[in-house]
Amino acid sequence: MSHDHHEQSFFSKYLFSTDHKVIAMQYLFTGMFMALIGGFFAYGFRMQLAFPGIEVPGLGLVTPNLYNELVTNHGSIMIFWVAMPVLIAAFGNYLIPLMIGCDDMVFPRLNRLSYQIFLISAIVLIASFFVPGGGFSGAWTSYPPLSAQAKYNLTPLGAPMWLTAVALEFVAFLLGGINFITTLMNSRAPGMKMWDIPIVLWMIVIASIVFMASAGPLIAGAVMLLFDQIYHIGFFNPNKGGDPILWQHLFWFFGHPEVYVVLLPAMGIVAEVITVFARKKLFGYKTILYTTIATGTLSFFVWAHHQFVAGIDPRMANVFTITTILISIPVTEMCFAYIATLFGGSIELRTPMLFALAFLAEFLIGGVTGIFLGSSGSDIYFHDTYFVLAHFHYTFVPIAIISVFAGIYYWFPKMFGRHMNETLGKIHFWGTVIPFNLIFLPLFFLGLAGQHRRIYSYENFPELAKPYLQDLRILATVSLIVMLSFQVVFLFNFFYSIFKGKKAEKNPWRANTLEWAAASPPPHGNFPELPQVYRPPYEYSVPGRELDYWPQNEKA
Amino acid sequence: MHQPIATTRSATGIPTGRLAVWWVIASEIVIFGGLLGSYVMYRLLHDAWSIEAANTHTLAGATNTFVLLTSSLFVVLGHHAAEHGDGKKAFRYLWLTILGGFIFLIIKSIEWTGEIHHGFVMTKSLFWAFYYTAAGLHALHVIAGMVIMAIISFDTIKNKNLHRVELIGIYWHFVDIVWIFLFPLLYIAK
Amino acid sequence: MEYIIERASSFAGDIDFLIVLIAVLGGFWLLLAEAVLFYFIVKYRRKASPKAQYITGEEEVSKKWLHWPHYAVIVCDLFIIFFAIQTWVKIKQTLPKPDAVIEVVGQQWAWKFTHPGLDGKLGTKDDVKTVDELHVVVNKTYQFKLKSDDVLHSFSIPVFRLKQDAVPGRTITGWFKPTKTGQFDIQCAEICGIGHGIMGAKLYIETEEEHRTWLEHQRMAQVNGNRINTAKK
Repeated sequence: MSHDHHEQSFFSKYLFSTDHKVIAMQYLFTGMFMALIGGFFAYGFRMQLAFPGIEVPGLGLVTPNLYNELVTNHGSIMIFWVAMPVLIAAFGNYLIPLMIGCDDMVFPRLNRLSYQIFLISAIVLIASFFVPGGGFSGAWTSYPPLSAQAKYNLTPLGAPMWLTAVALEFVAFLLGGINFITTLMNSRAPGMKMWDIPIVLWMIVIASIVFMASAGPLIAGAVMLLFDQIYHIGFFNPNKGGDPILWQHLFWFFGHPEVYVVLLPAMGIVAEVITVFARKKLFGYKTILYTTIATGTLSFFVWAHHQFVAGIDPRMANVFTITTILISIPVTEMCFAYIATLFGGSIELRTPMLFALAFLAEFLIGGVTGIFLGSSGSDIYFHDTYFVLAHFHYTFVPIAIISVFAGIYYWFPKMFGRHMNETLGKIHFWGTVIPFNLIFLPLFFLGLAGQHRRIYSYENFPELAKPYLQDLRILATVSLIVMLSFQVVFLFNFFYSIFKGKKAEKNPWRANTLEWAAASPPPHGNFPELPQVYRPPYEYSVPGRELDYWPQNEKA
Repeated sequence: MHQPIATTRSATGIPTGRLAVWWVIASEIVIFGGLLGSYVMYRLLHDAWSIEAANTHTLAGATNTFVLLTSSLFVVLGHHAAEHGDGKKAFRYLWLTILGGFIFLIIKSIEWTGEIHHGFVMTKSLFWAFYYTAAGLHALHVIAGMVIMAIISFDTIKNKNLHRVELIGIYWHFVDIVWIFLFPLLYIAK
Repeated sequence: MEYIIERASSFAGDIDFLIVLIAVLGGFWLLLAEAVLFYFIVKYRRKASPKAQYITGEEEVSKKWLHWPHYAVIVCDLFIIFFAIQTWVKIKQTLPKPDAVIEVVGQQWAWKFTHPGLDGKLGTKDDVKTVDELHVVVNKTYQFKLKSDDVLHSFSIPVFRLKQDAVPGRTITGWFKPTKTGQFDIQCAEICGIGHGIMGAKLYIETEEEHRTWLEHQRMAQVNGNRINTAKK
């Protein structure tokens, strides 16, 4: 490696860098910033639900319009500007080149462009909150005609800006995805065969492929919807021969695979963490890989389960019930394989491991409650209730929050060359996971009681205004505030440790994968000498070896 | 800028550039697929659209098909020349391809001007909305292809990065194929 | 389920049965998986198990630990699919012969109902139109024609376990049969703009006599209203 280490200005080093690690950090920090906004929005509307009509500290009175704006953008931000950039882009950018033992992505400038477009999309979204009429408030699913016509949604500027932001964000991830897929396919270290690729990379790349194959129709749909909003074309306007339900198909054809796009990287992170902290080989590497591919493929055939009662042909619902329930087969197999990995292990409950195990425990709940919604008969009742909401938060919070924390605590020593504080980490863990359950378990119950979504106050519905239901809402809100305040512990730990944490060595967790062969933090170019790969990634506790790990790059 | 080692590796045996172009095309296929899929669905529901479609200019469309196919031939010849290391010849063929793109766009603008004058604008009916959206999206791809080709050609004439001629060629064929889908769907089906 | 929210339609019991079935089957697997997970965490913690075993999970012997539970899950899945589709077909794919037809129209942000008048037929002069109030007779089968004037709405009656989106430009037909008298909530379950949170309506399930009294009352009000209107002119 011949790199001229000339001094770069702060500007070109951190803002216009083409180094995959810097771009990963840009994505991570942008994602974290957006998560703060998303969390603040959740605080805003939860306060209104628990204490209708109060002046929310820091936000003021939550009017019906503001309430809709908050829920819409909470959802959009958490999925498009937190889960996607952190799970796919930040971890993907950081890990892919390091774990396959090369110096960068194959197209570094394309990578930088991808982040810049993403950043613009985030700015457009944030700007939309401040335009006259306020931000878009027609739910993150943006169903027309509500989203298509300003006379219905009353946000003449907010709606097109929201849509533009989403479309730009897609373009950013398409560019990034092409880079990820090509890099993994072509730039692996010599000796790294198919079965030697760490599972997290498989999952990120399969997720990128799923994203790429599913986002197209929605990009086309976004163009159509934008034309509807601006030029009043009427692609989705029944009075002009359009069909509002077409948007739902385009949206969910993307929207459901999207769930697996973010699930897979999370599962991948968890796989890395549990193998290291249980000192165990991953149980059934190939089984897990095949179930991943099966899940990715099946995810394209389940979208209409979001539309059972939307007015589609009822016969179609039967087909989609079958495909939806079938997707539980690969996903349960995957979960079983993860649990089986723990069998016979030697489990060390460090913070990353706690988060990884919590992911499994919580995601199982999310998965099982999904069956109620996937089976058409019971979905008639549950559709658009808080049961749905609690269900997908039991999948998305483990995915976008819990697994991300597992990943951050685990790779932090590599990223910044220092350790995070273990005690604060554990405090943060319990302060996140316990309130998380206390937020969403009451919401399951509220859903069972018939509480439907996106309502700013239940005082208008006598069946839902009963005092004991209101108590549950208050419990959820209080738990949310507790959970959010424990994130301060994390933020303190994170930023304090970047500068003052205990220095980390090259391979503090005694892990096998290639990123631990680089220095902590890895310099530009990553490895002093690009590594060779001699064995699969999960050779822990191999009988007859003195050490309980066996790095991939160690010669026999 | 320093080129990373990563870009030079080829674990699959397929050159990285070609691999990437194929993935770009894969992601484009689903975009056009979504749009045309929606169009076909609507078309099947609305018989009245065939009356609207009768106002499209089939001859202009056919000429454009011919022009694009010819330009694709030029890009193949350019690739052939590039493979034999003849950058100058490849440069000429690339510019012939760009010329094809130009003729395509000129015919298109004449055609659209006429249609707009006759009142067949986007807002007239959903058929025209699809007509302009789909063909417009395609035209944007033609323009993008021409720009990239022009940039590449200045390397090509210096016998540098000759493999890029093949990459832009693959992309140009894709743009061509999209048109081959658009032409019957928008012009011929009446 | 009926302890959480009342059942007031003929098919509410079917949906509740399905929910309980899934809760039992899914709950069993959930508890089992969680139990195994926590058992492993405790049993194989570093203190109790200082040295890990080497198991690849690729051999048949160990794979069967995945496969057998997995086949059992598939069997459960088939049960759920069967009952889900059965319930669905009963509620959404069959239309029993109705005793009366009503029209339901959603708009920003109210529900408009058209009831057949005393003649029992919809589309005649004595139809009774109401806003945010639906009156039906217990143990009668109703067919509803659901429309929307502007955006998507969703016609939801929790005690019936009934939900159907209203789509502008379409008329969607469905049915229900109330089984219990009382006063219940009708909700809009699809976000429809800033008034979505107030788009509730009342459902009155009445006996035959109560309903007739109400209809007559409505007709009187209508007649009086007309008289006032003509007087004004």
